[in-house]
This record gives sequence, C-alpha cells and structure tokens, in this order.
Amino acid sequence: MQAEHIEILEFLRQHQPFTELDDKVLQRIAEHTDVTYYKAGTQILAFGEEITDWHVIRSGVVEVYRRSGELYDRLTTGGYFGQFGLLRNNRIRFPARALEDTLVYLIPEAMFTELFEEHENFADQVEVEDRSRLRQAVARQIDGNQLMSAEVDSLIQREPQLVTVSTPVRDAAIRMSEAGVTCVLVVTESDQPLAASRLVGIVTDKDIRNRLVVPGLPYDTPIEDIMSGCIASVEHSQFVFEAMLMMLRYNVHHLPVMRHGIPIGVIALPDVIRYESQNSLFVVRNIFKAKTVEELAALQPEVKACFSRLVAEDANSRMIGTSMAVIGRSFKQRLLEMAEAELGPPPVPYCFLALGSMAREEQLIVTDQDNAMILDNAYNPKEHEAYFVALAKFVCDGLHACGYEYCRGGIMATNPKWRKTLKQWQQAFVDWIENPVQEVLLNSFIFFDMQGVWGETQWASQLTGLVAEKAMHNPMFLACMARGALGRTPPLGFFKGFVMESDGDHSRSINMKRRGTAPLADLVRVHALAIGSRAHNSFERLQDLIAADYLPEGQGPDLRDALEMLAMVRIRHQAKDLEAGRVPDNSIEPDNLSDFERKTLKDAFQIVSNAQKSLRFRYQSVRAYG
Amino acid sequence: MSRFQQRLMANLSPSGRLSWPELYAAQARNSRHPALRDFYAAGVPDPGTPLAEVPLVAIDFETTGLDAKTCDIVSIGLVPMTIKRIYSSQARHWIVRPRTDLSTDSVVVHGITHSDVDAAPDLSQQLDEVLEQLKGKVVVAHCCAIERNFLDKAVRARWGDGIRFPMLDTMQLEADLVRQPTLIERVFGAHKKSLRLGDARERYGLPFYHPHHAQTDALACAELLQAQIASHCSPTVSIASLWC
Repeated sequence: MQAEHIEILEFLRQHQPFTELDDKVLQRIAEHTDVTYYKAGTQILAFGEEITDWHVIRSGVVEVYRRSGELYDRLTTGGYFGQFGLLRNNRIRFPARALEDTLVYLIPEAMFTELFEEHENFADQVEVEDRSRLRQAVARQIDGNQLMSAEVDSLIQREPQLVTVSTPVRDAAIRMSEAGVTCVLVVTESDQPLAASRLVGIVTDKDIRNRLVVPGLPYDTPIEDIMSGCIASVEHSQFVFEAMLMMLRYNVHHLPVMRHGIPIGVIALPDVIRYESQNSLFVVRNIFKAKTVEELAALQPEVKACFSRLVAEDANSRMIGTSMAVIGRSFKQRLLEMAEAELGPPPVPYCFLALGSMAREEQLIVTDQDNAMILDNAYNPKEHEAYFVALAKFVCDGLHACGYEYCRGGIMATNPKWRKTLKQWQQAFVDWIENPVQEVLLNSFIFFDMQGVWGETQWASQLTGLVAEKAMHNPMFLACMARGALGRTPPLGFFKGFVMESDGDHSRSINMKRRGTAPLADLVRVHALAIGSRAHNSFERLQDLIAADYLPEGQGPDLRDALEMLAMVRIRHQAKDLEAGRVPDNSIEPDNLSDFERKTLKDAFQIVSNAQKSLRFRYQSVRAYG
Repeated sequence: MSRFQQRLMANLSPSGRLSWPELYAAQARNSRHPALRDFYAAGVPDPGTPLAEVPLVAIDFETTGLDAKTCDIVSIGLVPMTIKRIYSSQARHWIVRPRTDLSTDSVVVHGITHSDVDAAPDLSQQLDEVLEQLKGKVVVAHCCAIERNFLDKAVRARWGDGIRFPMLDTMQLEADLVRQPTLIERVFGAHKKSLRLGDARERYGLPFYHPHHAQTDALACAELLQAQIASHCSPTVSIASLWC
C-alpha cells in the first residue's frame, strides 16, 4: 500500500515556492521528505559542515547568520535555508540556529537539485544568490511590457525622406505628399550621398502650416528657415520606451532613428502611443493647453490616471519616474509662462530650477515641490526683487494647487535664500565643496540634483559642470557626502508581519523612500560626484559608474536592480493607494507585500546595505585624517 | 525521587521477568512461525545502548474499537526514525481488512470506510512486511498498550503465537516528564495536563496534524518523541531507562 504523506503534502501546497509546482511534483517531494525537531537555542547548521538536505521550516523560528556572526535572516513557517550550501560544494555558508522550538522538513539534495533545474518558476523564487532572484524579477517585468522590450527598429515603416538645407519648401512638400509621410529630415549640403550628410533638422506638416503658410512666406523659402533643429534622435537598437522618454524630454512628436550616424527612419508619436494608451504625452499636451491655474489644477486626476496606467502596463521605474518628472516640469513651465504673461517679461534673465527627485527624473505621485532660481548677475534687489518674489509666489502657489505640496524644508524659489545670482550660486557650491561642514551639507544634498526647467537653463548645466569638476578633487567633501549618505540604512528584511532591523528589532511598517530609494540615491550620488559624472538620474549615474569601472565587481548592476525593485514596490504601493481612493504615501506594511516581493526586497536591502558598507570603507581613511 | 527516576531504576533492574534480550533469544527458538523466529533472531538493541544510537520506528494503528479482545486493526502507519532524523520518506501505510465488524462509530474517527476495507487484504498478507520493518528496532507509539495488545492479538490469531517487543511510549514519557499540577493547583481547579497526542505536541510547539490517520499519527508521534528527548533527556541516556 502506498504511503500517504498527507500533512507534508498539504503544507507544501500552501507555501511558496512550492505553490509554483503541480500536484504530481508535490506528491513526489512529500514522499522524499524527512523530518527533524530542534529545541529552541540549538544549532541547526554550523559553518563549514556538510549539508545534504534543503531545510524547510514547518513550524517555529530559525535565525540564519553570516559567517561573521551577523544576523542574515530570521525565518518562520514556510521559510527555508541551506540552499546556498547545497549549491556550493555542500558546505554550509550560513549557519542556522533555532530561535524557538522548530520542526524542519528535510528535502534531500537530489530532490532539491531536480526541482531547481527543472522548474524555472520554482528556481526563480528560491533565494540562491543575493542578486539572481532580483535580476530575474527585474528582467521578467521588462519582458512583460512591449514598450520596454520592443526596439525602435520595429517601428520604422519606411525609409526617411531626406532633403538638403537649401531645398525650397514646396519641393519638400511635394516629396512628402508623394511618399505619404508627415515629415522630412534636413541634411547639410555636401558632395556625399544625402544619407551620409549630417542631419541638422526636421520639418513636419505642422511646421509648414505654422511657419510658412500662416506667416505668408513664399513657397520657395529654403527649408532651413522653417525647420526645427535636430536636437534629439534615437539609435535603432534603443527601446521604444527610451524613444518615448526622449519625446517627453524634448517635447517633440517626431524622432529620427539612426544607425551608425545615418538616419534610417523617423518614428512619430502615434507609433509610440500604440504601445501606451494613457500616454503621459497627452497629459503634457493638456498642461500646455491649460489657460488658468484652475484648469491646470483640474488636470490632477489625469496625472494620477497616467501614473496608475503606467503601473498597470508594467512600465519600469525609469519610465514612470521620467514621465512624472516631465509632467511636473511641464506644470512648472506652464505656470512660469502664465506668470510672465501676468507680471510682464522678467527685468533680468533667470533660470528656474527643479531640485531633488524631479531633477533626477525619479519623481512619483507623492512629492514636495523643491525648486530654486538662478538670477542674472546683473540682478539688483532694489529694482528687481519684487518681480521675482511675485513670480516665485505665483509658481509655488500654482504648484501647490496642482498637488505639489510646499516643501516643508522651505527649499522653494519663494525663499530669498534660494534665489541667488549665478555668481552667488557658484560661490555657494565652491563653499560647500571646498569647506565642507557636515551639518550644512546634509541640508544641501538636494542642490546636487539640479536641473534647469525654464529660462536660462544653460546656467544650471554650468553649475552642474562646476560641481562635477570640483567635487572629484575634494576628498573631504566626498567623505562628508558619504557620511551623510550613510545616515539612513535599510532594514534587514521581514519577519512575520514585521519589518526586521539588523539588531533584531521589529516595526509595523517601513517608509520605502526613507529606508530604501533615498539612501540608495544618496549613495549613488556620492560615487557619481567622485568620478565627475554630470548625470542626474540615478540609473544614468550608475551607468557612468559602471563605464568608469569605479565600483566593486558586480555592484553596479546589483545596485541598478535594487533601485528598480525598491522604486517599483514604492510605485505599486502608491498605485494601490490611488486605486483604493486613499492618499498615496511611502509607508508600507509587510502584510501588504507578496511573498515574492518580500524576498526580492530583502535582496535589495541587502545590496544597499553592502554598498553602504563599502562606501564607508572607501572613505574611512579620509575621515581619520579629517 | 521523581517518578521518572523511579521508573528508570525499575527498568534497569528487571525483577523476576526475563530481560528483553533474554526474551528475544528464547522466542527465536520457541516461536512456531518462521517469520516470528526471524523477527526475534534479528535481536533487540542492548539495554545499555545510548538512545542516540538506537534505530527506532514509530507506529500507529487505527482500529475498529478500543478493546483488543473484541476489535481488530484497520490500518497501520509506520515511520522509521532515530532521535536525530525521522525518515518520513521511508514511511509505510497499510489498510487491512479487520476480522471483526467495522462499526460506524470507528468509521467516523478514522475515515476508513467499509468499501475501503472490503477491497483490502487480510493482515496475514501484510504481516511479514510489517514485522520486517519493526525488526531490530525499538518501537515507538503514543499509548503503546493499544499497539502492543492489538498486534499481539492479531499475530496470535493468525500465526498461533503472540508477539512482544520493547516500546517507547510517548504518552507515558509525557506523563513522567511533564510536571504535573501541584496539589494546590488541583484543588483550585487547574486542569490536569492532557496527555493526548495533539495536546502533548502543542506543548513543544509542534504543528497541528489532523489526527486518526495511522501514518500521520506515527509521524506525529515520532516528532513528539524527538521533542521530548530534546527537552528533557540526554541523547546518551540508555535505551533501557526509557523503554517498557
């Protein structure tokens, strides 16, 4: 008669990662499972010992340690351990101890190996390396979204129409009609074939209407006179979502597609929109159509819907962060347009700045407004201050009305402290970098993520350039920034319904921004400053760091995955809040996380924690001399 | 002297009765059925063997009722073990046709129905295999009188001779090992500690298992024994201090 492993089978059916397997397989596992009981306080696995079974906790609590004795994880019913050892020479890498009386189901190595090799989903769920599961989770998410997996190539329908700068507009228009396209690319005059000539601009149907017909220019006007300079293009192998980001960033509806410097096609907004229904580009368009602050404020539901849709469509954090940042920037730009229309043109040139997450293009739905202003060096408070006070008030109040709350730290253009002339800003940065004072710097982190959104935006780039050049040569400054970046640490993981801290403490919820994305962004910023990167976005900074071979082996990609996972959990949480009609926030309760999310989050926390340790180590000596 | 120590002493100095090795030696000669002779010839662990080194096997029977005289076995569950590891992967489970009527009351308990037993063979066909599994080991059960008496009677009915072997009784161990309520506690109505398998398991943080399935109960009993030993006993204690 067949043995009936009823209780074991029933247990497996109810617990991850076994739920990934079908019943026949579970039956086989149950048949191969042995059992052992451990009294509270007993050592279950000792470092270096031989291990031949995978340990699954049937009841009780087990603590898993690093070799150093540092707590690695605390596990309860359904938790498992020993897989690291099984996959590495059958020697135990993470010792384990029973914290409470514990019953363990032992699954023999051969069975575990079979499951691991033959069942992909099962293997994905099992924590085998700090990073592999995270990587797979991130990769799978990308697979799920066509916008992110499709390459720009796939959107090109026909060869581009090329004309030289001197071509009369009418000739170009005839070419467009014959070819049935809505735009032409403009290249320089040269002896080479057109395709090999330098691409300098683009002309669309709309340009011909608005810039030729409406002003009443002659049909033989050289096309050069009405073209838009070609500021943006994509490489053929880039992803569709990157093309979309480009369109958002430059607010253009056509993008030339290049291969080895030669244009091979043009993609237009509708091509991209097929991939994304509630397009952020539409929201941006509506922002620029709004005529009053009230109309702008009325767009908030659209912004939220756009956010929710992006989440529902499995967009990645990069895409969502950029979309939200572009929308935020558009609000600012439109408000500044309105302000200038009401107050008159500015008495001296200025640049309006976005700071922090918006500048990094990592903005989500819950966000403060962090902004500032650069004024022309000719600024004279007596004559000009009133104008900029009014302008700043108009914009900040407007942003508040549109759902971007006032910055509690007072980092806003309305604060006279943050309306400086270009010279004063340069001096401020030089001071911060050359004479770093910990307390001062802590409050100035936000200025190291800066982007010009309106007016003389090149000033913002100048300041970024200044920082990039100076920071890398000032180890004291970097050490100060590093110390600041280590102020907030991630938790260890989760245990039952709690957030677990490294010292074994528990709490009910976790602020995913304060304990996750922010410490990571801080850390990446320090490294980026150290190599003189001018990138704003954390992913781009990481790319620079990887290219410069600056981080320990593998850390760059790990941090990228960790950032993606931390950001996505935050994003999904906010999307859920929106869906349920709650005010979205950053506070997450472990009970609301899926088992898989908990595990991948733990991996991400671990990566951040390790990266913090290596950052501390890197600047230890500087600290000693400082 | 605690009750546990009293029992310990009693077991170490069997008075008048044959010791288990002596009994096995005698039965290996005297039993009429070859399977029984084999069983005894395989021997029993030396009484002084440390518990940690003794091969054990946990068993459980579901029966048609509680009285071995009038009732019979319906199913047998068995799990080999040591105090270090329970070999659930080698567990066995048999349903057999009882020679007495299957009462509706007992069907409600163990869920084995008339059609189940009608399709099952008589125990005589399984007995060889069962004894093969018990051979050379010390048998563990919760309330061992049931298993001991039912098997003895069933073997006697089929092969003419009965069967006896040393057992570890987790219920008895629980009674001996767990502190009983003091007089004052009893006077003030504190409940006597329940010795039922599920209740005993709960005291050691063992999970709830659905009772009255012979293999599950044998596993449950095996886990309980490990927990009891881990909590109250040294693994070096001699097997003779615990068996009965």
